[in-house]
Amino acid sequence: MSEDVTKLEEIASQVRRDIVRMVHACQSGHPGGSLGCTDYFVALYFSAMERKAGFDMDGIGEDLFFLSNGHISPVFYSTLARAGYFEASELATFRQIDSRLQGHPTTHEGLPGIRIASGSLGQGLSVAIGAARAKKLNNDNHLVYVLMGDGEQQEGQIWEAAMYAPHNKVDNLIATIDYNGQQIDGSTEDVLSLGNLRAKWEAFGWDVLEMNGNVMSDVLAGLAEAKSRTGNGRPVMILMKTEMGNGVDFMMGSHKWHGVAPNDEQLAAALAQLQETLGDY
Amino acid sequence: MKKYTYTDKKDTRSGFGAGLLEVGRANPHVVALCADLIGSLKMNDFIKEFPERFFQIGIAEANMMGIAAGLTIGGKIPYTGTFANFSTGRVYDQIRQSIAYSDKNVKICASHAGLTLGEDGATHQILEDIGLMKMLPGMTVINPCDFNQTKAATIAIADHHGPVYLRFGRPVVPIFTAPDQKFEIGKAWMVNEGSDVSIFATGHLVWEAIQAGEQLAELGIDAEIINIHTIKPLDEEAILKSIAKTGCVVTAEEHNRLGGLGDSVAQVLAKNNPTPQEYVAVNDSFGESGTPAQLMEKYGLNAASIVAAAQRVIKRRK
Repeated sequence: MSEDVTKLEEIASQVRRDIVRMVHACQSGHPGGSLGCTDYFVALYFSAMERKAGFDMDGIGEDLFFLSNGHISPVFYSTLARAGYFEASELATFRQIDSRLQGHPTTHEGLPGIRIASGSLGQGLSVAIGAARAKKLNNDNHLVYVLMGDGEQQEGQIWEAAMYAPHNKVDNLIATIDYNGQQIDGSTEDVLSLGNLRAKWEAFGWDVLEMNGNVMSDVLAGLAEAKSRTGNGRPVMILMKTEMGNGVDFMMGSHKWHGVAPNDEQLAAALAQLQETLGDY
Repeated sequence: MKKYTYTDKKDTRSGFGAGLLEVGRANPHVVALCADLIGSLKMNDFIKEFPERFFQIGIAEANMMGIAAGLTIGGKIPYTGTFANFSTGRVYDQIRQSIAYSDKNVKICASHAGLTLGEDGATHQILEDIGLMKMLPGMTVINPCDFNQTKAATIAIADHHGPVYLRFGRPVVPIFTAPDQKFEIGKAWMVNEGSDVSIFATGHLVWEAIQAGEQLAELGIDAEIINIHTIKPLDEEAILKSIAKTGCVVTAEEHNRLGGLGDSVAQVLAKNNPTPQEYVAVNDSFGESGTPAQLMEKYGLNAASIVAAAQRVIKRRK
């Protein structure tokens, strides 16, 4: 286990390097949430998920992942590249003209690993529910994962989906909320309080657990626990506590790095804190 | 004028219900979703035969569009059912991002479109839906004219890979197209060949156009009538061929004159062969409560309006 954790942490370090380099290169994008969710993405793609080699849209016979808060595309793209869906060198095209790596993820350019466009918030949970129901119809005993933001919980569609999944016993679904308490205009508490998020999801009938999203061993344990709770008639929700900007000291603890790119000096300072483990693209 | 008669009248939504059952039998990938309007959408027969392939979503149309998009991942062909207003305007961004931009094979099936929904009034009478849907890249937009054509279209769209907006309605109208017709997406149907004026009609206005054609014939005017059931992709060839003969056009639709069939036709004409055109459509207003017949009369969407428009446009022809 500890060896696995070390290996995953090394991958996470490289993904964090990729994130800051991608965002720096095009001087746009969202580093804060990407860095905060890096450990989750790495644990998911390099440990928790059962994945087939290659990519096909239907994903029958494998676990599926959907990103609802599409603005954290840098962590998604880096993870997909490092997991072998496409060459890491393509990360250099992020947000550039004629790229498959659009500002927000899309299927439209045919990038392997992406199954839905996201960016306009609040839609991913519904899509994941649909994919989970398709798996049941296909007698495909695999899971569907979806990640949402906490600010995104302010979107109404999420609560339509929240009501639907328990009523219909969608129990092959593991949703996660990136609970970093920050959104563009400030803290979620100041902008529009989420209240007791755990109590809200439980009241809707979800099986809720919490985990620390920035300690690799905790993420692995949390995902394993979530998996063990599937198939019991209820959808599973992970409230994942993260820190926006995690891994780069000056980006942590504030909403300011939600959607701001580092300058040359800041890039150097960030990379000095992140070990190059798999080779920069 | 070719003679069209009918022995039966039915609502086009029942054509959808019949088509859904048939395509459900023929294609095991077809699934159906509804947002608490099973009876209105005539989905009962499908649900009875395929309960495991039906999803009751509740009054949550945004969630329905997202679930439909997700169901395609795994090879399903989802048909969503609700009123046209709740199928389009209410969920525009969900359709835009999760379905159209994501290239998802979802069939958005919309009943109670237009004024003929009647007494419920303007909150439910969407007259902007064709425009909203045709503006989305990759979206196919179909508005069939009677029970048989709606049934055939419902079956045909399963074999077309990509998002489709299928629009139909509530009122009982004459059945005048063939019962076992083959529906070809994007291929206009020649209702009557003529030489004096082209009448391009869609949906419920096709029967009105036929009535208008008979009245025009009595006035010595030989109208060409074409049923444009597919607004996108538009059958430009059929339009231009007709215009070359007649030199003037009337478009007829149960929709706002902004953004509907008329505008699509006008764009083809402006680019290829500028031609005088008159619109039979709602004049940029909301609807109101009333019987369907009263509303179609008040808002100028009937045979009499088409006759008047044809006479006007013939005078404008150079």
